Amino acid sequence: MVWGRPAVAGVAMVVSAVLVACSGPPGAAGGRQPRGGPNVLRVVGPFELHSLDPARSDGFFTRLRVAETLVDADGRGDLRPGLAAAWRVSDDQRAWTFSLRPDTVFHDGTKVTAETVAASLTNARGERGTPWGDAPVAAITANAGEVQVQLDRPYAPLPAVLAHAGTQVLAPASYNSDRTVKKVIGTGPYRVERIEQPSAIEVVAFEGWAGKKPDIERISYQAVGRAETRALMAESGQADVTLGIDPVSRQRVQRAAGVEIKSVTLPRTILLKVNAGHRVLGDLRVRQAVSAALDRKAMATALLRDPEMAATQFFPPSLSEWHQDSVPPLAHDPSQARELLAQAGWAPGPDGVLTRNGQRFEISLRTFPDRPELPVLATAVQAALKELGIRVNVQVGNSSEIPAGHKDGTLELGLYARNFALVPDPLVTLLNDYGPRGADWGAMGWSNAELARTLSDLADGTDAAAAAAGRQQVSGILQRELPVIPVAWYRQSAVVSDRVNGFTLDPLERSWLIDEVRWSS
Amino acid sequence: MTTVPPTLAADEVEPAVRGPAPARRGTLPPVARVLARRALQAVSVTLLVSTACFVIVQNLPGDMAYRIAAGRYGYDRVTTASADAVRADLGLDAPAWQQLARWWADLAQFDLGTSLVTGGSVVHELRLPVTSSLQLAATALALAVAVGAPVGMAAAWRPGGLLDRLTTVWVAGTRALPPFLLGLLLIMLFSVHLGWLPAVGHGSASNVVLPAVTLAVGLSGLFARVTRDTVAQLRGSGFVTFAETKGLRGRAVLARHVLRNAGVTLVAYVGAQALILIEGVVVVESLFAWPGLGRTLVHAIFWRDVPVIQAAAVALALLVVLINTVVDVAGLALDPRPRWRQVVP
Repeated sequence: MVWGRPAVAGVAMVVSAVLVACSGPPGAAGGRQPRGGPNVLRVVGPFELHSLDPARSDGFFTRLRVAETLVDADGRGDLRPGLAAAWRVSDDQRAWTFSLRPDTVFHDGTKVTAETVAASLTNARGERGTPWGDAPVAAITANAGEVQVQLDRPYAPLPAVLAHAGTQVLAPASYNSDRTVKKVIGTGPYRVERIEQPSAIEVVAFEGWAGKKPDIERISYQAVGRAETRALMAESGQADVTLGIDPVSRQRVQRAAGVEIKSVTLPRTILLKVNAGHRVLGDLRVRQAVSAALDRKAMATALLRDPEMAATQFFPPSLSEWHQDSVPPLAHDPSQARELLAQAGWAPGPDGVLTRNGQRFEISLRTFPDRPELPVLATAVQAALKELGIRVNVQVGNSSEIPAGHKDGTLELGLYARNFALVPDPLVTLLNDYGPRGADWGAMGWSNAELARTLSDLADGTDAAAAAAGRQQVSGILQRELPVIPVAWYRQSAVVSDRVNGFTLDPLERSWLIDEVRWSS
Repeated sequence: MTTVPPTLAADEVEPAVRGPAPARRGTLPPVARVLARRALQAVSVTLLVSTACFVIVQNLPGDMAYRIAAGRYGYDRVTTASADAVRADLGLDAPAWQQLARWWADLAQFDLGTSLVTGGSVVHELRLPVTSSLQLAATALALAVAVGAPVGMAAAWRPGGLLDRLTTVWVAGTRALPPFLLGLLLIMLFSVHLGWLPAVGHGSASNVVLPAVTLAVGLSGLFARVTRDTVAQLRGSGFVTFAETKGLRGRAVLARHVLRNAGVTLVAYVGAQALILIEGVVVVESLFAWPGLGRTLVHAIFWRDVPVIQAAAVALALLVVLINTVVDVAGLALDPRPRWRQVVP
């Protein structure tokens, strides 16, 4: 066969056509384009959707009100009915029974029954390392139209665990035969219309929703990784609700017309995890000195642009039951810090770095960039400790390096933000973090029998007065012993356009409360 | 540089050129040769690249199970318990060679496996990034060529003239401007102030404009420069002078002798830039929230999502082979020098 020039040109055209076809309209692969326009509420945030599985989807579908959990919680963390209308516990505290809201249907039209709920919760139990996967559950059964959860031992926070997004109830048709999730078919006021992983989700109001009909018919969510881009979108009116606004952008957006900034304090604290089993940091005086060296007010003002976020104790004021006005606040006191270090035997060496028995005070601090303020706060900690003569080596890496360092004992200091409302009751997080053996995101090489006993008593269930006393005790011990050193609290901001009314931020980050938003007239 | 002397009659050339002679010599026509060579390259590249990715990821510092757990559950919930569950679930304790052999076996059946982080099929996960990256690269290249090539040609017409000097300034200016800054400036102008185009998003035709322009601005200067140098060089060459001497009009000289020859260089250059665009525009993708391959690959590396890294790297490698094939074939079609005909004494 002989190939002349026309044939060569022909082949070139065909191959080019293949290339062009591959690059053709993304509709072939990604579905239809997101629809803007006057009737769509456009939500923009930094979060990406990487999986449809409730345990891994970061609460996307509960936040968008697509799926519901048996138990719901208000902004204060008080539990209220969700898919379950009511619940009760047996006298021995080992069997919880949940009665379902009547006449509820999934988005595919199938009826919600005790059996479908039990099956969905059983599937969710498969994910270990989640509050529901780790709860002491013996069996989940459907019994006379009610869902029954049998426990191995009494566990008072169970209803709060069933408010965690990982326990959202999905229809039987949501699952593949191997129990993985293929579609999100929930029971909420909105149903999924389109998903383009990882960055776009569109939901529309569900006609079969029996509750109050939401004013907004259609919502699109777009993940935008860069804070600068999100701020520009908010400013230019390309987003109605913009989540995850960083402090610098917040100051600029405040000046823009047609938008309003909503803020709420989160039940989240930035903590400096300390390896208390460490030859140097095991000394309480050294931990107290590190704490006293931190000028939290200056750090919060300069880096978070919000002086009120300087932590004075472990629990932020938004956790009103746990925050104690009575504990002496953590304060900046460099001279006290120097004194404590001198008492612990540390003296400045020739280059200004503290030494003891020929050993230099050099430690490492691990943190990660997923929350952008962490690396900058880490360098502020580094600078503050340098003033005292402590050399800190800041290592910014992956978030998993803190639990990995906890496991193999190589972690010295770790800086991270701990969310106490993963489950609406902070007790669940505290029980895990400050138990006798410590935890990846809690104490390391430190335990306190009194604290462990108090937490355990709270979990078994006590009367209100004893519970309040117990919480006060927990707060006091953490402040005295400093197994972790609180650095800052957290305020979440969102920019809301004047196209909508009634937007509020949920301090627990459980919901974006979009079903309560209305169009401005 | 052998050309067919015009004095040779066609029938004198034919016996040596056409007919069964090539088959007897055991050679293939040039296009078939290119395609065969590239097909072989595609297979070997797939094996080499995927194996290299596997070896590199295995040797990266840190425990893979922890990284995957961080990707799966987020920074709030990655713990030793979840990492252990991931390890057991994915069989990460198995010897590395077994894991690699399993991947090869699956690949032989065109099965790219499932993502270790999301649990979704890798083919499904990569479809959107690959198409989005190609779409962005194609649009940016088309814009850059559409602007750069005519400007370069015009500049070459009067080397050292005003337009030529302006082109040099344009090249220096656009190359010195980081794409991140340029992208922000474009968003502020066209999206925030004028409100003509959406700042981010993906799906509608208007979404691709700003990221494509961001990339095209820098490239257009380069194309203008390369076109200018090539055309200027060709215009000074002997065969152009000869064509002019024999009385061909300016337009005919440009079309038949200058542009066609310049095309060979330009197509190769466009091919090289296309590869850079498809592989390396992570910053622009993240600024415009464009769901491209660069972003996917960076996430996958961060999370040690080996099947996605391997498949994305293989997809990129195959694209390199494919684009090089197109460049080769287009070059053959454009190049006026015959590759098949031979001068018979």
